Amino acid sequence: MSAVALALADLVDDRTASPDGYVRLAVGADTWMALAEGCAAGHHDLGALWADDGRMCLALSAPSPGIRAIVSLETEGGRYPSVAARHLPALRLERAARDLYGLQPIGLPDTRPWLDHGRWPGRQSEARYEFLPVEGEGLHQIPVGPVHAGIIEPGHFRFTANGETVVRLEQRLGYVHKGVESLMAGAEIGQAARIIGRISGDSTVAYAWAFARAVEAALQWAPPPRALLLRGIMAELERLAHHINDVGAICNDASVLTIYARCTLQREDVLAVANACFGHRLMMDCVVPGGVAADLTPEGVGRIRGLMQRLEDTRAEVLRVYDSMPSLQDRTVTTGFVSCELARQYAAGGFVGRASGRAFDARKDFAYAPYDRVDFDLKVRQAGDVDARLMVRLDEIAESLRILSQLLGRLTPGAIRSDRPVTATVTGEGAALIEAFRGDVFVSVRFEADGRLARVHARDASWFQWPLLEAAIEGNIVADFPLCNKSFNCSYSGHDL
Amino acid sequence: MRSFLLDALRKGKATIAPPSPGADALEEVARALGERARQKLGRSLAIREVDAGSCNGCELEIHAVNNPVYDVERFGLKFVASPRHADVLLVTGPVTWNMREALLRTYNAVPEPKWVVALGDCATNCGVFAGSPAIVGPLADILPVDLHVPGCPPAPLEIVKALLALMETQA
Repeated sequence: MSAVALALADLVDDRTASPDGYVRLAVGADTWMALAEGCAAGHHDLGALWADDGRMCLALSAPSPGIRAIVSLETEGGRYPSVAARHLPALRLERAARDLYGLQPIGLPDTRPWLDHGRWPGRQSEARYEFLPVEGEGLHQIPVGPVHAGIIEPGHFRFTANGETVVRLEQRLGYVHKGVESLMAGAEIGQAARIIGRISGDSTVAYAWAFARAVEAALQWAPPPRALLLRGIMAELERLAHHINDVGAICNDASVLTIYARCTLQREDVLAVANACFGHRLMMDCVVPGGVAADLTPEGVGRIRGLMQRLEDTRAEVLRVYDSMPSLQDRTVTTGFVSCELARQYAAGGFVGRASGRAFDARKDFAYAPYDRVDFDLKVRQAGDVDARLMVRLDEIAESLRILSQLLGRLTPGAIRSDRPVTATVTGEGAALIEAFRGDVFVSVRFEADGRLARVHARDASWFQWPLLEAAIEGNIVADFPLCNKSFNCSYSGHDL
Repeated sequence: MRSFLLDALRKGKATIAPPSPGADALEEVARALGERARQKLGRSLAIREVDAGSCNGCELEIHAVNNPVYDVERFGLKFVASPRHADVLLVTGPVTWNMREALLRTYNAVPEPKWVVALGDCATNCGVFAGSPAIVGPLADILPVDLHVPGCPPAPLEIVKALLALMETQA
């Protein structure tokens, strides 16, 4: 069943893209398989895979020529050729789509359920889950979760260790599956926007923005220029809050509480400023289709400028202290290594990819307003360890501050929200890719003729980062798992949907 | 490292003055606890947090109550790793079918006397996730809830006030 690899660039050729930047194509099974082989061959990146009304859809992108496409395949009686059979990063996506929508990928290398834990009412699925067999002398298993020791989200980690050394980690996720896609199918825009802002609360601005852009593209709805700048400001505040917090949290996992305390104070500072400026500490429901729901006053601008100075001071000081502590770096350097090849194969977004040489950032590679007119650098490292991920985040704090400064400088008075166009066709589709703090968030929407949403799909960056954590921990000691895990900080809720 | 200490000395304490316990929370807790309120735990509560389906927004704010600004440990409120060390189960999220068993097992592992706090709109009424077939229902459908803390997510100060009310009432 092997097919010849087809590059997205050759397929798309000179077809014009929709206003959202995506070329939309219906393909046959042969082309579908050839595109999957193309992913494996590195011709293009797998961005998302989802089921929509009996069809399977693939979002693919090739950043160097700047091509993005959504290809769809009509299934035959709910069956289609598995992408994962040719390109493993699609594996969990296909297992999830099968659990939720019943579409069967033929040739799927791992047929175990993924989000379906055998608990949903009205389903005849098995509650028992077989972990992969592990054989060898002196091996023992450590089951962890779903309820973990700290204040974190639930998930199960099955470690197989030889003494202190982890030889395999197998994750089992899906515990916080809330059925968000089924709730959004048939919903009004406003209701769906509130749900999408709660797919992963830590990236609420990024999700709300991705949804807003997708809806605006589908309905030819143009938000006012001031709203675009305010969205950028909110998104950078969200990024800054998490970057500074997680740098501290990684140090906390290596028992350096002073850095952690300093970083949590700085995070609190960001959230307090966000609350003062936009009326919500996490800025939930602040980005809405058509614009933003909260305006920034001149006092608010002053608050953010003050915050930027404090953040820069904290960043510089944390970096200086981090650099001066060999015992801390002893825990982070060479720990939790992800190879550049693996990051490329999985098209890992965010700092996980950028710490392993993958120079991708949706704000740069598929630049959207206001980032298309902002000067900032893409920070990439090659080492792929906990230290590299931490350093990329410290680098990005400086870049976010540069971005904020430019966005604040460009603010001019004006409307912050436009009304939904009445003449727009209501059968549109739209998609958007937004850079959240942890990586690119993809959202695709399709409207019914009555103006309701027929289908909303959201793909968190975590889908392509969680599997790399399994690789990162291999050969490390069990005690370093918290460090590795924190350096990824994947979303459970964003993944479990 | 010294710079952090010098900085702290120069700027003074970041921790805010203790808030008074939330009035609504006091009332609800007093009603819920009744006679149990006489039981002695001293002025200290050990809290085990369980995410039963949250979007992680509530977790962010629970983390915040442990930062130096709110510093809940000064009140004797301590987050613990094991449910066997806990007095209070602090639950977030609409309870998903996939988390139901883990939640019940965690609850059963908490020794008596114990209290259950539903934190956030989702734990209270499923929030925006109400109606999903993947959700069992609000926490009160599954466990006896002693206190609800509304908000999406509740601000850290509101969480502190509610937890103080719980402690005031049973102390």
